[in-house]
Amino acid sequence: MKRAGFATRWLPILLLLPQLAIIAVFFYWPAAHAVQSSFYLEDPFGFGSSFVGFDNYTHLAGNSEYGRIAKFTLLFTVLVTFFSLALALLLAVKADNVIRGAKAYRTLLMWVYAVAPPVAGFIGLLMFNQSWGPLAELAKSIGWDFKLGVNFGDTATAMVLVSVWKQVPVNFIFFLSGLQSIPKSVREAALIDAKSSFRRFWDVTFPLLAPTGFFLLIINITYALFDTFGVVDVLVKGEPGNNPMTLVYKVYVDGFRGNDIGGSSAQSVILMVLVLALTVFQFRLVERRIHYT
Amino acid sequence: MTDTTSTPIAKRPLKWTHVMDHLILILGALFMLVPLLMVLQTTTTTDLETIKNGPEFVIGDQFDDNFMSAMFQASGFSGENTGLRMLMNSLILGIGFALGKIVIGMMAAYALVYFRLRFATLAFWLIFTTLLLPLEVRILPSYEVAQKLGLLNTYTGLIVPLIASATATFFFRQFFRSVPEELVEAARIDGAGPVKFFIDILVPLSQTMIAAMFIIMFVFGWNQYLWPTMVTTEEGMFTLVRGIKQLTQDLEGTNIPEYGRANMLALIAILPPVLVVIFFQSWFVKGLTESDK
Repeated sequence: MKRAGFATRWLPILLLLPQLAIIAVFFYWPAAHAVQSSFYLEDPFGFGSSFVGFDNYTHLAGNSEYGRIAKFTLLFTVLVTFFSLALALLLAVKADNVIRGAKAYRTLLMWVYAVAPPVAGFIGLLMFNQSWGPLAELAKSIGWDFKLGVNFGDTATAMVLVSVWKQVPVNFIFFLSGLQSIPKSVREAALIDAKSSFRRFWDVTFPLLAPTGFFLLIINITYALFDTFGVVDVLVKGEPGNNPMTLVYKVYVDGFRGNDIGGSSAQSVILMVLVLALTVFQFRLVERRIHYT
Repeated sequence: MTDTTSTPIAKRPLKWTHVMDHLILILGALFMLVPLLMVLQTTTTTDLETIKNGPEFVIGDQFDDNFMSAMFQASGFSGENTGLRMLMNSLILGIGFALGKIVIGMMAAYALVYFRLRFATLAFWLIFTTLLLPLEVRILPSYEVAQKLGLLNTYTGLIVPLIASATATFFFRQFFRSVPEELVEAARIDGAGPVKFFIDILVPLSQTMIAAMFIIMFVFGWNQYLWPTMVTTEEGMFTLVRGIKQLTQDLEGTNIPEYGRANMLALIAILPPVLVVIFFQSWFVKGLTESDK
């Protein structure tokens, strides 16, 4: 709040009202409802529900399918985060180096940011099309019979590849802007001190990029957990079956298709706790960052 | 990494490290671009050609035909979801979401930064907690709320629940706090009230920020998938991104899949947000990278 603020009483309330009303109805009410219904067992025919305490949670803990999906989600998140960060960092460092065509490269490397995840998934379906997809052909040429939607590993590979393709641009934009904010004097000093460009990168550039990297790490984990819903949904063609899926997709499948409201709500609450933990972690990092700079 | 900082372009000798830099960037650009080129190519040929030969290095003459069928021919039972209709719905969602978010966010941020409010801290926490939980984790209860309020298959139901998070509010709060304090004092000395100060001074001052926010929010709204999938079941309400799932199902079912039409629709879903991001690149990058501070 500014020191020289206005003292009007009713105006700020009026200004805040639309925001507060919308989040009350579409955020707090649903969030509270999810927590509440995670303790209830809904009758499948709609005849009310009964309180079951932590049953929905203990049921999940003992469910081997849920465990398998959780493990896959973890692996998926690690792979997507690692590859999209590494690739973006490489490209950003190179884009920061060149002078000729710098703008063209920047545009070519960032436009995919605007492609919706399910549309990216749709393009993935085409690229891996059994009978004519270019990537399926490429796989065939090295003796890999790629079967999207049939073979678990193949579908998972396609999911990771499409998700990385979609995420590289965001990371690229942030890394590049991080690199460009490194003062010229620091670069010149480094140029005098270290002859090898490899050393200069690891000793000077990389540590200076660390705050951006930490911030992006959280962004990427959240992306892999939640925003890839569209990629997963399109690549499995809406038929989960034996296909790989993420935890968020499971919430949707159980709740919306399977009508297991209690179980699905319990899964939602688990995810909420996960996101909360991630965000608290992020806030602490940001705080530290402000301390040091 | 190289000595690009001081030497002028013309005098630099051609070094193999520069060639490597460009090579890596070109490979990266191709990785991003090739999938789009494939989609583009298949929109210019007949479906039979695509099935027989896959994507090729020639441009066919079917672009117009495919465009017409994508825009005006409806799939599904109701005959309502033509490409044109879905394009209109996507525009309504993208623009409605961006405007709603900006207007509500600016109002709330103004109240939080410029007024002495007794419950300001409470309002602040109520609003910023919404940053913690993405819609995906409370998707089912949100659907139930929308259902109870009779908002299924309406534009209000499509847009308003998506606005229930504080990203724009947070962004504008940060920006308003960076506006010099002397401005308010000067305005007050000149006898300007809070409404006049907001409209005549603060809004014009925020123009760049508003533009940046609009681009980011437009892309975000246009690309929404999960919420539109749940809340719209009538085909006349489908957006382009929401319609992607139906496209994949259409490609599965029929004897000769309509690749030309489907890929054209995917292209129409991709182009508007991509063009916005490319044309307003500098605003967009500024908005994106400054929102994390």
